[in-house]
Amino acid sequence: MADRDLLQLDRVVTHIGAYHILHGVDLSVRRGRVTMLLGRNGAGKTTTLRSIMGLWKPRAGAIHFDNARIDALDTPDIARLGIAYVPETMGIFSQLTVQENMKLAATGGRFDPARLDDVFRFFPILKTKWNDRAGLMSGGQKQMLAVARAIVEERRLMIIDEPTKGLAPAVIDQLIACLLELKARDTTILLVEQNFHMARSVGDDVAVMDNGVVVHNGLMADLAADEALQTRLLGLNLGSHQ
Amino acid sequence: MSAGRIASTRLSGIDWPANLLLPILALAALPFMSFSTWLTLTVAGAAMGMMLFLMASGLTLIFGLMDVITFAHGAFISLGAYVATEVVGALPGMAASHSWVASLAVLAAALTAAILVTGVAGLIFEIVIIRRVYGSHLRQILITVGGLIVMQELLVTVWGANPIPVQKPAALQGSVEIAGAAIEIYRLVAVGLGLAVYAGLWLLLSRTRLGLTVRAGVENLEMVEALGFRVKRLFVGVFVAGTALAGVGGVMWGVYQGLVTPAIGPEMMILVFIILIMGGMGSVGGAFVAAILVGLITNYSGFLVPKLALGSNILLMVAVLLWRPRGLFPLVKS
Ligand SMILES: Nc1ncnc2c1ncn2[C@@H]1O[C@H](COP(=O)(O)OP(=O)(O)OP(=O)(O)O)[C@@H](O)[C@H]1O
Ligand SMILES: [Mg+2]
Repeated sequence: MADRDLLQLDRVVTHIGAYHILHGVDLSVRRGRVTMLLGRNGAGKTTTLRSIMGLWKPRAGAIHFDNARIDALDTPDIARLGIAYVPETMGIFSQLTVQENMKLAATGGRFDPARLDDVFRFFPILKTKWNDRAGLMSGGQKQMLAVARAIVEERRLMIIDEPTKGLAPAVIDQLIACLLELKARDTTILLVEQNFHMARSVGDDVAVMDNGVVVHNGLMADLAADEALQTRLLGLNLGSHQ
Repeated sequence: MSAGRIASTRLSGIDWPANLLLPILALAALPFMSFSTWLTLTVAGAAMGMMLFLMASGLTLIFGLMDVITFAHGAFISLGAYVATEVVGALPGMAASHSWVASLAVLAAALTAAILVTGVAGLIFEIVIIRRVYGSHLRQILITVGGLIVMQELLVTVWGANPIPVQKPAALQGSVEIAGAAIEIYRLVAVGLGLAVYAGLWLLLSRTRLGLTVRAGVENLEMVEALGFRVKRLFVGVFVAGTALAGVGGVMWGVYQGLVTPAIGPEMMILVFIILIMGGMGSVGGAFVAAILVGLITNYSGFLVPKLALGSNILLMVAVLLWRPRGLFPLVKS
């Protein structure tokens, strides 16, 4: 059997109710690299991530993770393969405390002290708010918690959907610092991001979607250097929108 | 509900206005009657409230976590009551004995048997009916109304359409005098059991990992699944627990009434739904407070203006909803 990339989508077709959203998505995420998934609003990025997680069931095509087919598995079983998912909506449990949110993300509710130290180093505010209700935190703090849940344990793949949406530049810098350190540790990440500054800072590979298909694959550095390509693929000159 | 409102009710830790409603209502009734009457009615109301809570708690858990509306709950209450007639009838010597131990043992045996029988019936109901209609309230309502009819017919097939008498175990029949008021012992037992179940549910939900998962699932089920929890299994457990609680409520209510009919459970469902709506759909704490409110109002108004007994509950619900459109202790969903 040909060795596949860590995550590989082949001609994935997803419908949401009566709507045909993904028209055959091909996407690869290589081991130890950060793959950016870019595209205009409504291109199908979130739908692609949800299809990987089994939150929408693809109607056709195949999804392989570590050479095993996962597109027929239930969401919890996909997560248990070591895939952490930070949704666009963050999925914070606002009625639970920060600690309880983190506990749910840790196997058996037990924390690895070294990992927890990492979390507090990246996002010191979470230590301060540890016993507060998560719903009382600001949007940026919630996003930090959402990312913290994903890194509370060693994961084989992290899938993050637009973490910088609506956040202040200082918070974005904190998230970038966190992702850069994860990247330095060879964490495999699939990241959807509209913020081109972040995309350029952390991305190794890039896939660009439009209208429910991937229209471009390449290296992030090449896309960052080619403004004409950016304009054609993303519709506006994002390089000036950092 | 606005974010500010959530913050203001949460920041202070305790939601005082909603929690004070109960004592205020109880005290407001006092000037209209003698103290001993008030005490009798209050204990009777609390006992009825606790039995209603047993019936409502399972339903509110099922709705809160699974987002499933089931109209069949009343049949599980009836089933529990019929199990009580069998168990009490099978232990005539113990039931007639005036020993406390024997009487409580009979009740405990009836409760245990009802938990087993209604739990298994709930499991079958979940597998055969409920899991096919996740996500569609309309289909849930239609099919569970059908399930209710089928279950009631099955009850009639097994136990007949005529009422079956069931006696309270002898030591629980009398009353004790407290502050000049005659308080039925059985009502005190019902209050004790209701409090114990409430405390147990509270501990389970707030102190265990399972409870943590349930609380998170009530708010955002998808995220709980994305964190690796097999929610479908949790659903089965919650449904079985919910029907077993209905069985417990059915035992207590059936023995309290002394006569069991197939309709004994479904008859209570109007009050149970009033409790769910008033307490905040899906909230266990809300169901607890609202059940006692309903029990008290039913007993006070039954004494003061008998014609208003059911109407007063509906009036109370309307008043609460005008004040808090989503109930006293609304759940937060995302
Ligand atoms: N629940 C839904 N029901 C119907 N259509 C949906 C639903 N969710 C998304 N869509 C549609 O699917 C298409 C792709 O949406 P998706 O959320 O995947 O885009 P996206 O690339 O993540 O966009 P954005 O950058 O705005 O987050 C859009 O046209 C959207 O309107
Ligand atoms: Mg999106």
